Amino acid sequence: MGLAKRIIPCLDVDAGRVVKGVNFVDIRDAGDPVEISRRYNEQGADEITFLDITASHEERDTTVHTVEAIAAEVFIPLTVGGGIRKVEDIRVMLNAGADKVAINTAAIHNPEFVREAAERFGSQCIVVAIDAKQVEGDSPRWEIFTHGGRKPTGIDAVEWSARMAEYGAGEILLTSMDRDGTRDGFDLALTRAICDAVSIPVIASGGVGDLDHLADGVLEGGADAVLAASIFHFGEYTVQQAKEYMAGRGIEMRL
Amino acid sequence: MAGTVAVIDYGMGNLHSVASALKHVGAERVLVSHDPTQIGEADRVIFPGVGAIRDCMAEIRRLECDKLLLNVLEQRHIPVLGICVGMQSLLTHSEENGGVDCLDLVSGEVRFFGDDYRDADGSRLKVPHMGWNQVQQTIDHPLWQGIEDGARFYFVHSYYVDCADRSLVAGSCQYGVGFDAAIARDNLFAVQFHPEKSADAGLQLLRNFLHWNGQP
Repeated sequence: MGLAKRIIPCLDVDAGRVVKGVNFVDIRDAGDPVEISRRYNEQGADEITFLDITASHEERDTTVHTVEAIAAEVFIPLTVGGGIRKVEDIRVMLNAGADKVAINTAAIHNPEFVREAAERFGSQCIVVAIDAKQVEGDSPRWEIFTHGGRKPTGIDAVEWSARMAEYGAGEILLTSMDRDGTRDGFDLALTRAICDAVSIPVIASGGVGDLDHLADGVLEGGADAVLAASIFHFGEYTVQQAKEYMAGRGIEMRL
Repeated sequence: MAGTVAVIDYGMGNLHSVASALKHVGAERVLVSHDPTQIGEADRVIFPGVGAIRDCMAEIRRLECDKLLLNVLEQRHIPVLGICVGMQSLLTHSEENGGVDCLDLVSGEVRFFGDDYRDADGSRLKVPHMGWNQVQQTIDHPLWQGIEDGARFYFVHSYYVDCADRSLVAGSCQYGVGFDAAIARDNLFAVQFHPEKSADAGLQLLRNFLHWNGQP
């Protein structure tokens, strides 16, 4: 017995409302991130990730209030990502009750930001989010993309994750842009390559369509945690069912 | 629960979670402060901490939280709960940041899990130790009441406590090595994990703390 692998439901939130739909049978308000977080917490989620996709700056106050409301009643770790660009953004989210922040594009524009953030707030709360896509080459190679997978950066994903770990990231949130939204399962080769390259925990994301995909992410990809949105949002599976299934495949889980 | 819980704030990290979890389990009044007068009126004290030990120790000493802690532990004898780096700072010395002297209120070392850290079977163990691990309760204690032996709590740390006096160990955890997940002495209880982030088991521990009279 030992450390359990984690399941992390992810909410995409725009101006304080969950988007990409949530379809629980007995939920009152399918767009309320607080109610949905509470539901996932009851189902045994190990953490919750809240991805803020709010476009306008003014509405970010709404995000802060939402984070406060979730943190006031859900007592598991809460990660907030999206729009984290400055030390001040991190401070605001941590003060609102987030336990970790996920830094994505800002790290690419200025890698020193990750070092600064880790020194200031501690590595334990700095997650670096990496959106990677496979590119042409003799051997499998993945590159970092920004703008929802449209803009290549030329940065090698494996080298980048090692660099981010060295700069003080406490965890990597790895999303395959080839798989995101496909329901074909994680990019296991990518997951394995990143997990082998860093000594910090890696969260696999992008492509989950069934419970075997979650288990494969851990058993074949080597991930320490698996993140999924739609399979939980649409009530196909509860987090509890997913955990029991993974435990049945021999993975240590918190049941 | 009647009375005031003071969460000692020495500027290291976010104490919002601890305060809101305490309110959630029925704390009447939660005070987040480093003011000796205010804390002097509290009925119980939480000593939290996150981040690097060198910075924590510097702030603890600068704000004289060490004196404050000695006062509540040894003069007023009120219940004290140390959390994470708050627990680590109670020990004699930490390996972090090239070696840092800590408060030495509890004899022992704070050690690094290690680079390229591996389990006995050779499998790689990630550092920080992050996530839900099982805590074996090595003694009976009021703070374990209503919590199953072996219950999982949420950990996030790269250094662990190795207490010299083994009779003080209240809970142990396994991650490559066995380490001290909880220690207890008189009116002091300290945990490496985050009860405020450990769902039902953690909330139960905080609830127990609010009802604890400070006797083992």
